[in-house]
Amino acid sequence: MSDLLRVEDLWVRFFKRGGGVVEAVRGVSFAVGRERVGIVGESGSGKTMTGRAILRLIRPPGEIRAKRIGFDGTDLMGLSERAMRRIRGERISMVMQDPKFSLNPVMTAGEQIMEAYRLHTGAPRGEARARMIEMLEAVQIRDAERVAGLYPHEVSGGMGQRIMIAMMLAPDPDLLIADEPTSALDVTVQMSVLQIMDRLVRERGMGLIFVSHDLNLVASFCDRVLIMYGGRIVETCRAGALNEARHPYTRALLESLPRLDRPKPRLSVMRRDPAWLEEPSVDAFA
Amino acid sequence: MPSPDAISAEGLSVAFGEGTARSIAADRVTFRVAEGGSFGLVGESGSGKTTVLRAIAGLIGDWTGGLTVRGETLGPRRQRGFYRTVQMVFQDPYASLHPRHTVDRTLSEPLRLHRFDRVEARIEEGLRAVGLGPEFRFRYPHQLSGGQRQRVAIARALMLEPRILLLDEPTSALDVSVQAEVLNLLADLRSRRGLTFLLVSHDLAVVAHMCEEIAVMQGGRIVETLDVDAMRRMEPREDYTRHLLRASMGYVPEETG
Amino acid sequence: MSLAWKEWLTSETPASRRQARLAQLYLNWLNFSANPLAVLGLAIILGLALMAVAAPLMATHDPLAQNLGARLLAPGQGGYLLGSDELGRDIWSRIVYGSRITLMIVGLVALTAPVAGLLVGTAAGYLGGWVDVVLMRLTDVFLAFPKLVLALAFVAALGAGIENAILAIALTAWPPYARIARAETLTIRQADFIAAIRLQGAGPGRIIVGHIWPLCISSIIIRTTLDMAGIILTAAGLGFLGLGAQPPLPEWGAMISSGRRFILDQWWVATIPGLAIFIVSLGFNLLGDGLRDVLDPKRAGR
Repeated sequence: MSDLLRVEDLWVRFFKRGGGVVEAVRGVSFAVGRERVGIVGESGSGKTMTGRAILRLIRPPGEIRAKRIGFDGTDLMGLSERAMRRIRGERISMVMQDPKFSLNPVMTAGEQIMEAYRLHTGAPRGEARARMIEMLEAVQIRDAERVAGLYPHEVSGGMGQRIMIAMMLAPDPDLLIADEPTSALDVTVQMSVLQIMDRLVRERGMGLIFVSHDLNLVASFCDRVLIMYGGRIVETCRAGALNEARHPYTRALLESLPRLDRPKPRLSVMRRDPAWLEEPSVDAFA
Repeated sequence: MPSPDAISAEGLSVAFGEGTARSIAADRVTFRVAEGGSFGLVGESGSGKTTVLRAIAGLIGDWTGGLTVRGETLGPRRQRGFYRTVQMVFQDPYASLHPRHTVDRTLSEPLRLHRFDRVEARIEEGLRAVGLGPEFRFRYPHQLSGGQRQRVAIARALMLEPRILLLDEPTSALDVSVQAEVLNLLADLRSRRGLTFLLVSHDLAVVAHMCEEIAVMQGGRIVETLDVDAMRRMEPREDYTRHLLRASMGYVPEETG
Repeated sequence: MSLAWKEWLTSETPASRRQARLAQLYLNWLNFSANPLAVLGLAIILGLALMAVAAPLMATHDPLAQNLGARLLAPGQGGYLLGSDELGRDIWSRIVYGSRITLMIVGLVALTAPVAGLLVGTAAGYLGGWVDVVLMRLTDVFLAFPKLVLALAFVAALGAGIENAILAIALTAWPPYARIARAETLTIRQADFIAAIRLQGAGPGRIIVGHIWPLCISSIIIRTTLDMAGIILTAAGLGFLGLGAQPPLPEWGAMISSGRRFILDQWWVATIPGLAIFIVSLGFNLLGDGLRDVLDPKRAGR
């Protein structure tokens, strides 16, 4: 499978006032084809910063450095800000965690989707409107006409997230980065939103990067899983092969999770080995 | 005469708003928590589980039905003695500690309110009991990690030596590894002090780990009450419970036609 | 600063309440002093305070001494640093002594209006119900009067003079603080830490004073500092109208008023007090902006 995105030696640093650097991402390399790749980690693992760095969404005092971020033949690191703006939303899209905070509260759902679409395609209003309805139906919103006229605060979390997905997929991007897209949703709603994402990604042959803290969810949804700790990738797994994970951090993570199907007398407490922070990042190209 | 239940709710109902904006948050909720037991209230958002907890705590004044705690019937207001019996741990460790108070102030205030003696000693014991050393005593919440804040919140809840702890999603805002430590801590405290837990969560795995009996709520009502073994065996009676259990087990692709 | 002190103040594990609080203040000071404009504002205000305290040392002449033979001299002439006014009084010395009056106005208003507003606003916001309704309608009554008009009415009723002018200003200045305090209280009231303290059996008094006030104080301080400029201008306005400080007191507004007649030929008589007001207002604005950057609760002492 040819790579859609190839990230080589990505570093993200934040410079603190008064000296001192925080290294959020330390030399991460991976590739994503037309498949679903999950990036899992706890807070501070660097998973969110990795997603944002691909789209170069990090502002000073943050700094992105990479040997190369290859997307469809071009090195994103070498592009001007104007060129990046054409990539964002049009070729690579991002869905974020809480639609309450990522949807514009003073525009209706329909207007937002149309605006995003017209921004990238320059299409006239009529065409944009037709496309908007089409997208709302693609995310299984019945009564699309009515929902298009609603404001974000008038819809439930699950529907807000579906609107977000519709907005992000309207310009037909090649790659979707989803940053904790279902973490703010109820578990039954999570299922339906994931099913929609699953179908859309498959139908359009898109690549998907799914960033989350939920190891089990990512393992059941994605084709490949990258586990991050301390800004580095510590292990990669194929889907379904999670229990064969070898790295002590991954094993410790699995062991400290309570399980619905099996009682555990005590959840094992992770003993953090400082050596984990020193190991080089595992390359996740395959 | 058998010992009274720790908590008993009979037809507890809570409604908010007036007229057309009236919504029923809890609808004739009935359940019992045995003394020393651990009872879980599970549901999705809007299920009413947090409303029930807050009504028991006395944070919601406007409810109907019957509520008893250790044999005593509760009215719309709580008496001082109630706070020596029932305490609560809140969900968001970033919001449950006053940002301008040190840990010392947060822990000493309940003691001063109820005129306990040996305040210094109690604060130090309290910190030790939740696995925090004395160096944490004069820190501010923003100088603590999420897990440390939650430990302080637990220590605060235990300052008044309650018999019953109400836990509102105590680990949802925490990382997995920190969650494990906090859940272990809670389990230890419960067995050592013989506490009764009423735990509210949307995470079925956490509830199954911590609780012996579980009530599933939806739309303000209790859909089903089952014991943890039945839940683990995936043997619920109601469809909604089954649906919830399946969704909690990980992603299942849609049936392709 | 000696290394030992610095370590003590930036320690990760404070050993006493006092150390924790001082460490916080030190951190806030570091944040504040990183902003050069804020430090400039602070310097101006401290300069004002210094001038007021050391007035006898800084003035070159008696501010009230008239010298009709040396009227309207330009700055630098005849030993008058900034010139002399229409009665031959040294303008510089009058500015210096006038700073005392300015400071008195600012100080008295700052001590009364925000405090009253905090009390009313937090009580209304926390207790709700009819207490809220009554207190807010009371606030509305005072808010309805334009500052200057009420001040005029007051001095008309009680007689002109600087004390009555200050009282009048304070009476119109407190309602916005009540509004701010109430708005903050309504938000804070819903936080879990308030629920937690309620669950320990604390009464409304303890909660308002110990838990809500500490969180409102920042907004109130910031608003007060930013309002000071307006307060000074209002006092100056009253002085200008002859309703504030009475002659021969060297209140800056009154000085502008009496210098009005000479604005074309002897511009310094009116302009210099105007400049003094401008600088002090600027100082308060810069200080207020700097404080807001530091005390914004979202930053929580970082």
